[in-house]
Amino acid sequence: MSELRTHDGELASRYGEFGGRYVPETVIGALDELTEAYLRHREDPAFRAELDGLLDRYVGRPTPLYRAKGLEAAYGIGRVYLKREDLCHTGAHKINNALGQVLLASKMGKKRIIAETGAGQHGVATATAAALLGLDCCVYMGRVDMARQRLNVIRMRMLGAEVRPVDSGIGTLKDALNEAIRDWVTNVRDTHYVIGTAAGPAPYPEIVAELQSVIGDEAREQMLSEEGRLPGTVVACIGGGSNAIGIFRAFLADDGVALVGVEAGGEGIDSGRHGASLGHGQPGVLHGMYSYLLQTPDGQVTEPHSISAGLDYPGVGPEHSFLRDTGRVRYVSATDAEALTAFQACSRAEGIIPALESSHALALLAREGAELDRSGPVLVCLSGRGDKDVDAVGVALGLDD
Amino acid sequence: MTDGGRRIRAAFEDAGRPLFMPYVMGGYPDLDASAAHLAAAARHADLIELGIPFSDPLADGPTIQAAGQRALEAGAHPEDVIEMAAAVAGDTPVVLMTYVNIVLSAGPRAFMERAARAGVAGVILPDLPIDEGEDLRDQARRAGISVIPLAAPTTGDRRLAAIGERADGFVYCVAVTGVTGGEVQVDDELRGFLGRARAQIDAPLAVGFGIRTPAHVAAIGAIADGVIVASELIRRIGAAATPEAAEAEVEDFCAAAVEALRGLAPAAPSA
Ligand SMILES: Cc1ncc(COP(=O)(O)O)c(C=O)c1O
Repeated sequence: MSELRTHDGELASRYGEFGGRYVPETVIGALDELTEAYLRHREDPAFRAELDGLLDRYVGRPTPLYRAKGLEAAYGIGRVYLKREDLCHTGAHKINNALGQVLLASKMGKKRIIAETGAGQHGVATATAAALLGLDCCVYMGRVDMARQRLNVIRMRMLGAEVRPVDSGIGTLKDALNEAIRDWVTNVRDTHYVIGTAAGPAPYPEIVAELQSVIGDEAREQMLSEEGRLPGTVVACIGGGSNAIGIFRAFLADDGVALVGVEAGGEGIDSGRHGASLGHGQPGVLHGMYSYLLQTPDGQVTEPHSISAGLDYPGVGPEHSFLRDTGRVRYVSATDAEALTAFQACSRAEGIIPALESSHALALLAREGAELDRSGPVLVCLSGRGDKDVDAVGVALGLDD
Repeated sequence: MTDGGRRIRAAFEDAGRPLFMPYVMGGYPDLDASAAHLAAAARHADLIELGIPFSDPLADGPTIQAAGQRALEAGAHPEDVIEMAAAVAGDTPVVLMTYVNIVLSAGPRAFMERAARAGVAGVILPDLPIDEGEDLRDQARRAGISVIPLAAPTTGDRRLAAIGERADGFVYCVAVTGVTGGEVQVDDELRGFLGRARAQIDAPLAVGFGIRTPAHVAAIGAIADGVIVASELIRRIGAAATPEAAEAEVEDFCAAAVEALRGLAPAAPSA
């Protein structure tokens, strides 16, 4: 795999046929500059030490690998481990990427940071990193997502970020990305765009995947020291695919480890209201990359649906498209209802309130528990905590009378 | 050069002054109305940019976004828009402007062949920089369709030269660092950019993005080989009280733009 990713010290821009840089000419220079700066700083021991120090003492890494006996009992699985990204500062894996990119941007002399956000976790993480490093921050968020992730909107504002509502499209993550890219095209000279997932034009998918690989690197080592063996299955939810690629990469070369990505099944695949681009899309270009995409026969991008704002996206990062076609990773989907059930189960059985996004990964335990158990310990990436979802789930489950 | 590229190049030379290229969005506000706008524009234009709406137009500001949305809601399909070109392409060359996914989804070969049958001379794909789209470019070449490269103020000199090598008819120079629909500043920065482009590129340079008034047209015409107006025409169509008034707006603006260019030096003839 490594020769796929790195050629002569360059960053991969393609994963098989997927990826690329389908962006306006205006930002090509900035992508080159970012590539060059990232390569240079990645090899710089001082930069590495600064980032690692922040990851340890500010983010709280390494995050624990936790054996979830309550879920084991609930689903009849011998071993279930949760990689506790929910315990990261700000409540999700998003900070691993945001901190790395904002630190890099500050070294590049950028004064202003922009980001898109769906669930608000990436927006909060970016606003946090910008506050820490003293940069201006503007976050684009769809109007619908601002309502369903209201708490995170307030958090971003508390952190000093401006939250710009996006009304185009249906006001969710795709539309926020469009607006963030338009801002970047306009302000590219002094602005760094911190994309929140392992997607977008090269070099973003590769940079985000590398910054998130800490999840899998830690989990693999923790698993070996805890269990003396590798997991049989690794499960992660897929929005754009950053937590998933972050945990999968460490296991890609381990043929015995099954990797499963769980997309948003929404109201069910047959309803047409879902976010399962790998399962039910066709390859196409959106947001600067060639990858699987939910689209009409004319090539118009369709509006996805998910109860979880972070998975409510019609595209997916290009490496996942490659891993889908090679068959190395199996991609399935879980519906809104399955995610809500898993959300409840994890809350009750473990005293851990998971993010709705992560609940999609947990939903696989209910559906495939017995089969998963046969191949050994199951490792689930608990990508974030559910505080942000309290309003929405409270309403969905009638807990809010 | 492709056949389309040659026809585009001839349009620059035949104009006898800087070329004027208005933009019409196919299907906005509906197909019939946009066909009328296309015909009105063609009575004055030297070259026409015909937009195929896309759901997620990254390089466009609010005006073109909203028009595209409206066109899609009215049921515009890419093939309908391509067919529209046939009505005018015999007299005024047409270049299609859309996003790369529309081409990929149809299949580059099918798309380019369909476009060629409708008499289209070229395509502008703002999300296809020169280093992408090898197969698409092959298929375009085979069908005799020019793929127009774009250059931006942020493009460095080496890359401008590479863009110049790709030129087949003209190079689309983006006047602003930003998306469509703003307002151009004819300042030292723009002059500097066009000067750098001129030094690296032999093909004609047409300038677009943010050109809103006949005065802008004249000012750009004085420093470029062609002038492109898009959002402003959409805005005028949107503000018109009746379909007839919208058509008259297109006609009047295009006539005024051509008038503003009269007497200015044309593009240098091809070597
Ligand atoms: C907690 C959490 N998990 C997962 C995701 C999905 O993103 P990705 O697929 O990039 O990990 C999000 C996105 O907002 C999130 O907040």
